[in-house]
Amino acid sequence: MSAAIRVFVVDDHELFRSGVRSELSHSCRIVGDAGTVDEAVAGILREQPDVVLLDVHMPAGGGRGVIDGARAGGSTAQFLALSVSDAAEDVIGIIRAGARGYVTKSISAEELVAAVQRVHDGDVVFSPRLAGFVLDAFAGEAPQPIDPELDLLTARERETLRYIARGYTYKEVASELHISVKTVETHVSAVLRKLQLSNRYELTRWASERQLI
Amino acid sequence: MAHGELAAAPRPRLERSRSNRIIGGVAAGIGQHLGVEPLAVRIAFVLLSAAFGFGIIVYLLAWLLAPEEAAEPTARTRPRRLIRPTLSQALGGLLIVAGILLLLAVSGFWFGEALAWPVSLAAIGFAVLWARSGEDRGGRSPLELVISGRRSIPRVAIGSLLILGAMAVFLATNTSLAAAGNMVLAAMVAIGGLALIGGPWVWSIGRELIEERSTRIRTEARAEMAAHLHDSVLQTLALIQRAPASREMVSLARTQERELRAWLYGRAPALAGARLRDAIDAMAGRVERDEQVKVEAIVVGDADLDEHVRALVSAVGEATLNAAKHSGETEVSVFVEVEDEAISAYVRDHGTGFDADTVAADRRGIADSIVGRLERHGGTAVVHSRPGEGTEVAMRLPRRAA
Repeated sequence: MSAAIRVFVVDDHELFRSGVRSELSHSCRIVGDAGTVDEAVAGILREQPDVVLLDVHMPAGGGRGVIDGARAGGSTAQFLALSVSDAAEDVIGIIRAGARGYVTKSISAEELVAAVQRVHDGDVVFSPRLAGFVLDAFAGEAPQPIDPELDLLTARERETLRYIARGYTYKEVASELHISVKTVETHVSAVLRKLQLSNRYELTRWASERQLI
Repeated sequence: MAHGELAAAPRPRLERSRSNRIIGGVAAGIGQHLGVEPLAVRIAFVLLSAAFGFGIIVYLLAWLLAPEEAAEPTARTRPRRLIRPTLSQALGGLLIVAGILLLLAVSGFWFGEALAWPVSLAAIGFAVLWARSGEDRGGRSPLELVISGRRSIPRVAIGSLLILGAMAVFLATNTSLAAAGNMVLAAMVAIGGLALIGGPWVWSIGRELIEERSTRIRTEARAEMAAHLHDSVLQTLALIQRAPASREMVSLARTQERELRAWLYGRAPALAGARLRDAIDAMAGRVERDEQVKVEAIVVGDADLDEHVRALVSAVGEATLNAAKHSGETEVSVFVEVEDEAISAYVRDHGTGFDADTVAADRRGIADSIVGRLERHGGTAVVHSRPGEGTEVAMRLPRRAA
């Protein structure tokens, strides 16, 4: 691991923050943490961290508010969403706001470190669950593909997401598809871009099928 | 039209009887619906038919509107969602109107055919406008099929035509009543007709607004509670799973989290097993609890559970259990994707894996039972495994045309 990555932790649960701090302290440099949106935005702008670990659910604005506030203030930090939420709306919402990945809080310490590293390197972290949500969101024929470039996944991207949803690591996906890990990352980044820019997500009925929200 | 109190009491829906029929099974059906002897209903029909043919009209109407009874009695799974007029209530209203007219005729206050026929025409039109197609009901009557849809054009057209016809007949047969300048009567008739045509529509909009509002209130209350539990209990459960707690403790926290989550996000435990997604989640929860491993179950799309899909769920369950028991890993990935032509399922672990040639007899047996089970339902299963590289069971079940 290169020079320690500067990490900022945002979570309204004190206990959780201290837990993450101690887990990451071996391999990263924790430059600060915050429990509210305002504190978080101020802290991120002050410390200019490389990676922000961000809880999706926070009072007054949520993870989205933190991303918007930090970006408006000129922060170049990468955001990695960390949540106990399993609701597709929350997860897709935070990705659309600009997070570069999503992992659940039950992730192991080593996996979390690896995910932070990956996001710091400019890559995307797709947990199996996120891959499942995206496949769901882009399932079937687009009602009206306004922009086919954005509203449809390519066969290769779909294939890649399926492997990730099946629990394959990027490396395993690469060897299954006979492509390089870099190409897998390219596919996944392209999917993330589509997810952030496409209107497809609003168009599909899957969101309303989930009864909450 | 009386409709309020009729809807409150659950009673068998109005269906034409298959077993007890003389002409169309209407009388027996009405009897069953109202809890009256079919004979009494038949006598009523005969008497009504003697009175200007009302009985015949009502009978034909009932035959058209009421669906035929199902061959086997099926339990109604869904409760009646809304108090709204049904076919049978419209019919009940018609019967009442006819009864009152008959009473008037018998007691000498008969207005004559000039009024009776337009009124009955208008009543039928009104009934057609009121008639509801129920998506949650099984059988459809012949007429219901034509006029299904909440505000279907055919229905509105038929109903309006009947009522306009009634107005025309009324005006035509009453020209002797007054001179050509009887504008008041014409205007009144027009207003009455409009009320008859537009009334049901206005009423249904009102009901929809009320329904929408109460749904929104319920959803908001639920979201608030979800947010609260989310911030407290779910966070604590997540924390326990990260802490160096005992395996049993972690497993318990995981199970509780899964159950709470299912409840919070609208999948009540009582409904588990209703759809493919619920069945897979329930299966994952069981394996997690029994084997103390983590099962990451991801389902894309959803499908109803028929016997074939159930077989797939069982096969996925066996593969998951197999991975949990033998892989030596603490995490198993389950991925199920529903597509138009087939359902694919993968159970993956990063455990020890095995060599298919030297595999222990019991593992072989389980693999065979997964394969065998799926093949009986037209599906396939393939086990990929190599020592040190984990195991994946890939299953596929073609979907039949429904």
